[in-house]
Amino acid sequence: MVPISYYVILSAILFTIGALGVLIRRNALIIFMSVELMLNAANLAMVAFSSVLKSFEGQIFVFFVIAVAAAEVAVGLALIVEIFKSKRSIDVDQMNSMKG
Amino acid sequence: MTLNLIFFLVLALVAIATGMGMLMSRNAVYSALFLVLNFMTVAIFYILLGAPFIAMSQVTVYAGAIMVLFLFVIMLLGAEAITGEFKFRTLLFPGALAVVLVVEAAYLLITRARPAGDVLSPDAAANTLANLQQLGMTLFQQYLLPFEVTSILLLVAMVGVIVLVQKETRVH
Repeated sequence: MVPISYYVILSAILFTIGALGVLIRRNALIIFMSVELMLNAANLAMVAFSSVLKSFEGQIFVFFVIAVAAAEVAVGLALIVEIFKSKRSIDVDQMNSMKG
Repeated sequence: MTLNLIFFLVLALVAIATGMGMLMSRNAVYSALFLVLNFMTVAIFYILLGAPFIAMSQVTVYAGAIMVLFLFVIMLLGAEAITGEFKFRTLLFPGALAVVLVVEAAYLLITRARPAGDVLSPDAAANTLANLQQLGMTLFQQYLLPFEVTSILLLVAMVGVIVLVQKETRVH
């Protein structure tokens, strides 16, 4: 049997890797992938708690999180493509002006 | 040390290694592929935790649809968008902060976690496969409204993406 705290610690480590990626990378696509990694880490913790509490609520919430993440990725990637069209770069340091 | 624990630790190592690989690789395509591997590992964790439906959703939606979308955009933007800007010394200070954060979080989680229990063993998890029906009943009865709202959200996202990327054609 694996204690629940192991799963939560793994989730915390994955979340921290994602947060590090958002902080240190300058490529907008990599930052976006790091956000996905953080969402995934939160999902892992929720499913682990759902398994301990023997309730379906955690799994159903994770299902909704996955659906919302899909919508978020579609809109975010469209924005990145638009930014690339106007600036010819997706370096987040270049995105310092509101006007394209 | 039981077999389950060894299995967990090996998988956790793979998950952390692929996460770090995603973070550190210079090429965005490699980052995306590392992330696919990470999502697959997490899907195996879901099966171990007795959530086969979530595991399948993870594989089809995350590792399938979302990551294909990522790879598609990487190919669309081309190699000039994929710069090898990652330097190891930029990782030092944030990395030290991150280690402190993880250690503190782990300490608090171990000492203060209230539902101190074990997760289901894979044998028990296999039995919950039969409970997939129960999951569906909960989803479509108790959580029917959020389910429908999610469909509207996906529709709005789809329309929004089409509006964002279409060429501006002024009709006079």
